[in-house]
Amino acid sequence: MSTPKPISEDDVRQVAKLSRLHVTDEDVHHFTGQLAAVLDYIGKLNELDVDGVEPMVHPMELVNVLRPDREQPGITTDSALANAPAKTPPFFKVPKVLGDGPSA
Amino acid sequence: MNPTDTTLTELRDAIASKSISAAEATQTYLNRIEAHDGGLHSYHEVYTERAMKQATAVDDGEVTGPLAGVPIAIKDLLCTDYGHTTCSSKMLANFQAPYTATAVQRLEDAGAVILGKTNMDEFAMGSSTENSANVTTRNPWDTDRVPGGSSGGSAAAIAADLCAASIGSDTGGSIRQPAALCGVVGMKPTYGRISRYGLIAFASSLDQIGPFTHTVADTALLLKVMMGHDPLDSTSASVPVPGDIDQVDEAPKNLRIGIAKEYMSDSNDPAVAAATQQAIDVYKDHGAQIVEVDLPHTEYGIPVYYIVATAEASSNLARFDGVHYGHRTDKAEDLIDLYCRSRAEGFGDEVKRRIMLGTYALSSGYYDAYYDRALKVRRLIANDFDTAFKDCDAILCPTTTAPAFKIGEKSDDPLSMYLNDVYTVNCNLAGNAGISLPGGTTVVDGKELPIGVQLLGPSFDESRLLKIARVYESATNYYTKRPQL
Repeated sequence: MSTPKPISEDDVRQVAKLSRLHVTDEDVHHFTGQLAAVLDYIGKLNELDVDGVEPMVHPMELVNVLRPDREQPGITTDSALANAPAKTPPFFKVPKVLGDGPSA
Repeated sequence: MNPTDTTLTELRDAIASKSISAAEATQTYLNRIEAHDGGLHSYHEVYTERAMKQATAVDDGEVTGPLAGVPIAIKDLLCTDYGHTTCSSKMLANFQAPYTATAVQRLEDAGAVILGKTNMDEFAMGSSTENSANVTTRNPWDTDRVPGGSSGGSAAAIAADLCAASIGSDTGGSIRQPAALCGVVGMKPTYGRISRYGLIAFASSLDQIGPFTHTVADTALLLKVMMGHDPLDSTSASVPVPGDIDQVDEAPKNLRIGIAKEYMSDSNDPAVAAATQQAIDVYKDHGAQIVEVDLPHTEYGIPVYYIVATAEASSNLARFDGVHYGHRTDKAEDLIDLYCRSRAEGFGDEVKRRIMLGTYALSSGYYDAYYDRALKVRRLIANDFDTAFKDCDAILCPTTTAPAFKIGEKSDDPLSMYLNDVYTVNCNLAGNAGISLPGGTTVVDGKELPIGVQLLGPSFDESRLLKIARVYESATNYYTKRPQL
């Protein structure tokens, strides 16, 4: 397997965008160095031959844990909205999604 | 009652026999918090009124149970339908959870009094509490040093006897490492043993709730209350909790203690190496067979962890969007900008680093090189433990390479901070149980600092692991040492 190339400032900008994190140029510079050091250390995993090894995603290999299909009490609308930073009950309020504003 | 020489079990019995009232016990701890926590910062929020009400209900006979009247502190990532649950993050500074975590509910149903919530590294990401958005908790043994993390507030609170026990969570060592640095018992049960319902998620396949106490018997008592299947957490195990889990004084027979050379590194602090050697001798004197086991993939644990944990975190923390709850920017131009700015303002740097690292590891073109490869090595690490536990009942090793470090010493170097978890993280990756025990103290710069000794055991046999731990505890009684506040 080939080793990925070192992480660049452009990569960090792209990852920040995917992560929905606003970053300044200074952040990008700072994080690039730190992430590069961590990724370099993680590169140690390339020392191992993992051909044929089954990936382990979870300590308990469960699939489809189902409960009986019966109605149960849940969270109320008021309770769900209680921590919302902006709301017009029964809705959460957000800025315009479509329209004249700049979009990402 | 003197909290500095009382165990949780003794206090529980004293309340049950009415030699002290629950109200008096609770008031004693509240007074100690008032007197000492200003210098330690172990608590974020204290529920004085509610705690006294709970205690009075016990005294009035309205509440009974195996923990009736016992004052306990909980880590600030366990949801309660009272007070705030903040994860020590600006993101959740005002968050009031609509429900209570199962683990906390079980404590309260057993009669426990909840004193308050403890400080932590933001979203449980860290090993020192320096990543808390609020304040850094001080180690009660030396206030220039960290208590460890991420459950540092919980560890410091019990070490300083500002509660009779506390609860934390352990994703890569976040209970055991601070327990070692603060000189208390800290246990991560097997993955799935304690419901994660109401635990704000960091890395869902690794997170596990567990207790901090002074003694092994106290830990067993709390596990008995908290463990067991919960229909509200589909990953909680349907494995019965052994009825004898609190019978820790039954000495295990035909005991085989495993020693792995991978944990006995020359880079361990000499005091850590000496404490581990002393523990080996204790088990030899007990008649245990000491066997060498191999855990050849140990050194790959940290790299695997920082892929798996960050990948899961990047997904779990996507829910903090400035819309449903949590911090919201007042500068947004549109919806995407609202997400990006709310998250940038609400999260600290370590949380951002981990979200970005996880996102990177999962992104197109890097998934196979990082995430898939890490999952394969995770399997090799779990296989190592399975093989080792065929030859031994528990693996004895240090919890950390060194005693508590100074505040600020590692805070600018993420990688050196990550390496704190080198002896704890593999247990989370494999999912098995681990416990850190007080292993005595060493003097550094004129201050006594605790050392931790760790026992790792196979999955779902906490009962035997606790009995094995009790052998060492009863031979050493290091838990009776308390810091001078």
